[in-house]
Amino acid sequence: MPTTLDMATTELREVNTTLQSAAKAQVNEPYVIVNPRGSHAMACGLDGPLNVTVKGSTGYYTAGMNKEASITVEGSAGPGVAENMMSGVVTILGDASQYAGATGHGGLLNIKGNASSRCGISMKGIDIVVHGNIGHMSAFMAQRGNLVVLGDAGDALGDSLYEARLFVRGTVKSLGADCVEKEMRAEHIEILKELLERAGADAKPEEFKRYGSARTLYNFHIDNAASY
Amino acid sequence: MCGIVGLFLKKDALRPKLGDMLTDMLITMTDRGPDSAGIAIYGDEHGKLKITVQSDTPDTDFAGLEGALAAAVGAPVTIRVVDTHAVLTLPLDTEAAALAFLEDRKLRVMGVGESMEIFKEVGLPKDVAERFGLRAMGGSHGIGHTRMATESAVTTLGAHPFSTASDQCLVHNGSLSNHNDMRRKLAKKGIYTKTENDTEVGAAYISSRIAEGATLGQALEGTLKDLDGFFTFVTGTKNGFGVVRDPIACKPAVMAETEDYVAFASEYRAFADLPGIEGARVWEPEPATVYFWER
Repeated sequence: MPTTLDMATTELREVNTTLQSAAKAQVNEPYVIVNPRGSHAMACGLDGPLNVTVKGSTGYYTAGMNKEASITVEGSAGPGVAENMMSGVVTILGDASQYAGATGHGGLLNIKGNASSRCGISMKGIDIVVHGNIGHMSAFMAQRGNLVVLGDAGDALGDSLYEARLFVRGTVKSLGADCVEKEMRAEHIEILKELLERAGADAKPEEFKRYGSARTLYNFHIDNAASY
Repeated sequence: MCGIVGLFLKKDALRPKLGDMLTDMLITMTDRGPDSAGIAIYGDEHGKLKITVQSDTPDTDFAGLEGALAAAVGAPVTIRVVDTHAVLTLPLDTEAAALAFLEDRKLRVMGVGESMEIFKEVGLPKDVAERFGLRAMGGSHGIGHTRMATESAVTTLGAHPFSTASDQCLVHNGSLSNHNDMRRKLAKKGIYTKTENDTEVGAAYISSRIAEGATLGQALEGTLKDLDGFFTFVTGTKNGFGVVRDPIACKPAVMAETEDYVAFASEYRAFADLPGIEGARVWEPEPATVYFWER
């Protein structure tokens, strides 16, 4: 039986302290949070294996800095979900607001609905799968990891991109500076196939296009000196 | 940072509960804006004009006010005093004379309209709500704001909503960077603002566009071209409310819709106590996209 924490009667700080201690104990117990009422920083800073289900929608910075834990939000999440995640799995059954998965180093962020602007900004190794659409300026300065979008992408996708891989099945409204479409090779099909399976996504890798860095911004070009 | 809430009722049965629902939403947004709070509430129309005025010395300023105003406009006037505010009700054709009289008396006009009443003060949202008895107010729709001031003084007149035309008002989360330039442009057209506040310029811009013949939708579209800066705007009119976010859209916004209502808030937290929110359609309004709901 999972342990239930009711946020109608328990303070956020107590809920997070309980979850953080349980994660540290390395026993991987199931926890259920009811009445989250859009609270900020739900289940953040978990440093160890733990299975957390949040029954409802959450506010800013849900599951931030997650390490090893599996956290599912049965609702929508506010800005900055899974920010700076290190490992583990964060699943959002509804939509995610802006900068989902920002600066994430590892793990899987699985968003079943849409993600809004700046999804995966400065991602550093996290894998993000969005089953719906993503907003503008997504994967801005993204360094490592994979961003997979089953729907459409907004303006300026992958602006100033480093080495993250972007896979989009639908349309891309516009590409950002230095982001280009790239050839989908066998190795990319393999990566994508595995990611789609892990995310439980009903899509074929062959339906996607790959985008990446043209690498023209990596070094300063001397001909541009007059512009500065 | 500021907090915005809005509620538009689709069913008349909920109208007596509007103030109660909006008050809970407003108080939840306290930590986004503890400086001051305000609400615009759209109630029943009786073919009369309502002028909401404010005074720091209501005991002296509101004593005998309706009699003096009635004499000045040559028509009957009723008054409802609510803490530092008073709602004056009088015939529609007396607006110009009444506003001139109130200006002479140095009373601050919060808003004018057939349906709209505006109440705003400095202080914590729960205290402001309590002073005005917001919970007991009914109506068809309303918008509220909790302010954390960033660019002009924490005063009653600096609180939101701002009203610059009959039955129109605006609340704002963000900051406009070209408000002084726009203030001068509006002044050239003879439209003057009362404060140094950026949001009042946004409100005056929208009402000037509507006065020139634009629809609410066109006026809100115009903010995307003519106003520079960060904004999530919610604007109220006699028939409903509109929402628009700047193209960068870094100021948060979330909406919820059920068969009974459409709700707007800066954060989902504000929806937590709304009836049927578990089954509501909840979404984030798109950047640079105008939404409105009208009856």
